[in-house]
Amino acid sequence: MTQLSTLEKLGILADAAKYDASCASSGTTRRDSKSGKGIGSTEGMGICHAYAPDGRCISLLKILLTNHCIFDCHYCINRKSSNVRRARFSPQEVADLTLAFYRRNYIEGLFLSSGIIKSSSHTMEQLIESARILREEHDFRGYIHLKTIPEADPDLVRRAGLFADRVSINVELPTTAGLTRLAPDKSVPRIEGAMDLMAGAIVEGRDARRRFRHAPRYAPAGQSTQMIIGADAASDAEIITRSSGLYGQFGMRRVYYSAFSPIPDASAVLPLKRPPLMREHRLYQSDWLLRFYGYSLDDLRAAADPAGMLPLDIDPKLAFALKFRDRFPVDVNRAPREALLRVPGLGVRAVNGILSARRQRRLDLADLARLTVSLTKVRPFIIAADWRPVVLADRADLRAMVAPVRGEQLELFA
Amino acid sequence: MTALLSRICVAVAAHDDFDGWRDSARALIQAGVAPDRVVWTLPGAVAGDLFAACPAPDPAPDPAPDAPPVRASRDYLDLAGRAALHADPARFDLLYRVLWRLQRAPRLMADRADPDVRAIDALARVVRRDMHKMRAFVRFRVVRDADGADHHVAWFEPGHHILRANGGFFVRRFAGMRWSILTPQGALHWDGETLREGPPASRADAPAGDPVEALWRTYYAAIFNPARLKIDAMVKEMPRRYWKNLPEADLIPDLIASAQAREAEMIALGGQESGRPPESLAALDVAVAACRRCAIGCNGTRAVPGHGPAQARLMIVGEQPGDQEERAGRPFVGPAGQVLRDHARAAGLDLDAARLTNAVRHFKHVTGTKQRLHQTPTAREIDTCRWWLDAERHLVRPRVVLALGASAARGILGRTVSLQHERGRFVPLDDGVRLLITSHPAYLLRLGDDAREAEAARFAADLALAAQA
Repeated sequence: MTQLSTLEKLGILADAAKYDASCASSGTTRRDSKSGKGIGSTEGMGICHAYAPDGRCISLLKILLTNHCIFDCHYCINRKSSNVRRARFSPQEVADLTLAFYRRNYIEGLFLSSGIIKSSSHTMEQLIESARILREEHDFRGYIHLKTIPEADPDLVRRAGLFADRVSINVELPTTAGLTRLAPDKSVPRIEGAMDLMAGAIVEGRDARRRFRHAPRYAPAGQSTQMIIGADAASDAEIITRSSGLYGQFGMRRVYYSAFSPIPDASAVLPLKRPPLMREHRLYQSDWLLRFYGYSLDDLRAAADPAGMLPLDIDPKLAFALKFRDRFPVDVNRAPREALLRVPGLGVRAVNGILSARRQRRLDLADLARLTVSLTKVRPFIIAADWRPVVLADRADLRAMVAPVRGEQLELFA
Repeated sequence: MTALLSRICVAVAAHDDFDGWRDSARALIQAGVAPDRVVWTLPGAVAGDLFAACPAPDPAPDPAPDAPPVRASRDYLDLAGRAALHADPARFDLLYRVLWRLQRAPRLMADRADPDVRAIDALARVVRRDMHKMRAFVRFRVVRDADGADHHVAWFEPGHHILRANGGFFVRRFAGMRWSILTPQGALHWDGETLREGPPASRADAPAGDPVEALWRTYYAAIFNPARLKIDAMVKEMPRRYWKNLPEADLIPDLIASAQAREAEMIALGGQESGRPPESLAALDVAVAACRRCAIGCNGTRAVPGHGPAQARLMIVGEQPGDQEERAGRPFVGPAGQVLRDHARAAGLDLDAARLTNAVRHFKHVTGTKQRLHQTPTAREIDTCRWWLDAERHLVRPRVVLALGASAARGILGRTVSLQHERGRFVPLDDGVRLLITSHPAYLLRLGDDAREAEAARFAADLALAAQA
């Protein structure tokens, strides 16, 4: 095999990493290098240094250490039986590349993952070594996200959190049946065992920090996971249930959804048609409703159709409101926060504005127009000082009135 | 009284001088100067514009002897400090108006629905975003300084007066580096210890390139997933006005243009090179029925499998099922099939002993007013379906293949042939099978009477050749 240049290797190993959805660099501790030692900073809010034409943020250098892999997971472009070009970086090369990009302000840090070479533990060691070089030899204070290999030695899994801001273990597929069929080398107990281990280590680390000022920080941005949507038969309701379990059980910071996209040299077991990207979007919306809007799992299941699928043409919040019309209209001048958050078209920001402004005076429609993005969407569901939707809320064609017009935008996702 | 009502001109020392403005504003409020009497002048404003009444700043007015201290809430100071950096020339009028109102309504800032509060909030948000985008989109290029040390230099064009306010971020992050950020409004230089300000710069003052940019551009192109194009989302977060200073941005048009083509290619490739071919004709039929590897496979019609003996000396390949074939689920039962049958009988060719099949398994059509109208499959669609045809040929093991028409020939050969050039003679295939190419019987149906006669004769001759082989 001929020696590949850094440029070629980067092309191959970045290409291989693009199916990981997360590029977040937020939620870690605040650090800087103002003392003159080391390099880099994190200031709580992540920064997206570029956006690709797929609309996704490029915040980190997201690469694989190698795309050689001894596993044969059908949905993965790097599986053993795939026909892609292979390449491999050394931990030193990864560290050098990260620093070269960081110094030019291209990135916030590194997101390193890898195919499995030799053994899971060997691979995990290599991942940790890359992070160690950055942290210990260069005193790098930017962001590091390490993908953790559940099959690796528990001590190594635990060690990853000492260097990384965030660690993640992919649950891969929402159902056990899907995982067994599409990722024959992986197992749910294995994955969940590693998540559990990580969750424990994070709690321990936080506890130690509370008691000892100099205890090392342990994965301050917590752990996250990702599942692939549309490669197996799981319904939206099943997916939401699964991720709600992951949030609860393992204290996940985020569950990412990745609409299965056709990969070159795909395995024959896979569906070749990709699920609509809108489905992924609706799942994220429902995820938000669960975490920030006080919706319960049952609320969201109720918003889905009998087959457990969320509507694609309207968002889950609107779907819920149309189904439970007896809860509306809501009086913006009197209703509690929880009720306001359920009004389609009112976000957390708008609700905060309403709560603060209504202490000054009674709000009318003109006020709401200034506080919200779209009055048309909100109007059927609220009562204001000068407004009461007498017939509107009972109309049978309400859905057609408030649902967005199917336009060019949706064609893109179809 | 006229003196009291006359305008007062107040100069703001620099575009981002919020502290200086605050001092002036405090004095004006204590002197009881109402907002409509103040004219704020900014450096670089052309004399004679706007109110034209400000050739020179007026002296600061004296405070009223009983003036209470000026009050401003924390909320206000936070928002105003940011809003003051906005490029809007009227921003200081707005800030002063709200400060004036705050003296009488101390809780004004809590009223987020108030138009003035809303306006300040909007300005502050724009500035906040611009600051954030500067942190994101500054791109350093490395040059060697005279003393041999690396110097990181960036050229950036902010939308608002945010340069100074953003200096701290770059110091905190790159304290150990030597860097400069050059903008049309001014420059910041950090030597590792102190931050200095410099005069306005131009693009030519910054380095033209950096070798690492080639790596960055490679990364940018490779991390993009062509299966999910969302251009609007990209442009919303990375507005076009920043593109000219981003080394990766000129890749965008090509990435977009090739994205859809690449995705289609991925699906086609995935369809052919994966999985093992079915091991029996029955398994093949089941698999074909479920095939969704191209648009025809997804059009809702049912797949039409091959028909005839499981092992045959002769395999006859057509283009694709037509309207009647799709209904019947059998190939060659429509009008073209009838033409084939007539000619075969005349040529002494036993169709019942031959395997009849098609290059494409689903019916590609447009819906006409009365019936579904045939559409020719594209080369890619034929190539996608070729995998099935190969599998069938492998199972049926014919010694002679008769390809009817150019689509069938492509289905067998994988390349487009000139029908008139290659018809009427046997072409050996890799596995020793002999291929004979002729026209499709549907072609005869479309010809006028005279031409049909000549063509029918050639078709009959080709069939006779196949019968003897």
